[in-house]
Amino acid sequence: MNNNLKVFFNGIIKENPTFVLLLGMCPTLATTSSAINGMSMGLATMFVLIMSNIVISLLKNLIPDMVRIPAFIVVIATFVTIVQMVMNAYVPALADSLGIFIPLIVVNCIVLGRAEAFASKNGVIPSFFDGFGIGMGFTLALIVLGAVRELLGTGKIFSFKIFPDNFGALLFVLAPGAFIALGYLIAIFNKLQDKKTN
Amino acid sequence: MAKLKSTFKNMFLSLFIISVTVGLLLAQVNKMTAKPIADAKAMKLQNAIKEVVPAFDNDPVAEAYKMPDGQGDSLTVYPAKKGDEVVGFAVNSNSNNGFSGEIQIMVGFDMENKIVNYSVLQHAETPGLGAKMGEWFKDTAKPNQSVIGRDLSQGNLSVSKDGGNVDAITASTITSRAFLEAVNKAYAVYKASDADSGATKKEEAEKKGGENEQ
Repeated sequence: MNNNLKVFFNGIIKENPTFVLLLGMCPTLATTSSAINGMSMGLATMFVLIMSNIVISLLKNLIPDMVRIPAFIVVIATFVTIVQMVMNAYVPALADSLGIFIPLIVVNCIVLGRAEAFASKNGVIPSFFDGFGIGMGFTLALIVLGAVRELLGTGKIFSFKIFPDNFGALLFVLAPGAFIALGYLIAIFNKLQDKKTN
Repeated sequence: MAKLKSTFKNMFLSLFIISVTVGLLLAQVNKMTAKPIADAKAMKLQNAIKEVVPAFDNDPVAEAYKMPDGQGDSLTVYPAKKGDEVVGFAVNSNSNNGFSGEIQIMVGFDMENKIVNYSVLQHAETPGLGAKMGEWFKDTAKPNQSVIGRDLSQGNLSVSKDGGNVDAITASTITSRAFLEAVNKAYAVYKASDADSGATKKEEAEKKGGENEQ
């Protein structure tokens, strides 16, 4: 169990997909215009990660090496399609605002990366914790980035007003703000990590 | 169990079985979510209509029909009725001249050529700039900016930069032009369907005549 927890926290801090591995930058930059969007994107990715990690670690011996990538992609695409259909059915407004980035989880390199690097070499339970940890790390990173951009851009966090709209810097809601905010967050994260190791 | 070798047969069977299994699974999920998805879509349309026309008690979606917009395309018109009387029309209009992608709006008219309200159904304009159109043209405190209550029988709407009398969204003239183009298209169709329903349904025409006199 201890080992599993280590795998879990590894995904959140030491191998945080956004701040350390710098994987999955496309949805990270594009969907974090608000904290709620970032959170839903993170949760959708986390669900796909956990499920695909579980299924792939179960099937790993049934999949011959030479067709493993197509097999992984089919499994991942299945869960992404399920997420998309469920979101369309029950949270249509959210599905609208995330738009194309939900189907694009299929090609998110975090998901395929974990399938290839972890789930295809480990058992079901560690794979579950790996998916959970990496997904959690991704979700937390997206929430932080989304909250920073929403606060600086519109003066709100999770649509809760902190200061009036007029003082917001529109730049942060737009694409350049995503790069700037992400750059500073990575710098802060590195600084904190540095202190810990020294 | 040892890992399967990469022979042709193993590869074929493994991929085939995985694909068939997930195909069945997805079919099942699709079956489960098809109805909620359709409901959510219908709900969205219903709400958009409800927002833009005076109170009604019929089912505008069931009575919807298509009208040519004179530019080789056709728009969907949703008549709103109270009892047997037509109280307004909601027109689903669009424009491809926005800053990015298609703009789709629902514009509601009463029986006196006036815009009751509008609602943006779909757009891909820049957040913080063009995306403001959902509220910008509704601000009745600023009569030069709002399109609510405008009477289009005195000519089409255009932005003040083009000699019109609607203030464009700050820094988003292109979006504003596209938006007004969609509104004008909706009006043309509304006008046509107004005349059409009068010509084809005598009873309605009489009622409408009475209404116009009031």
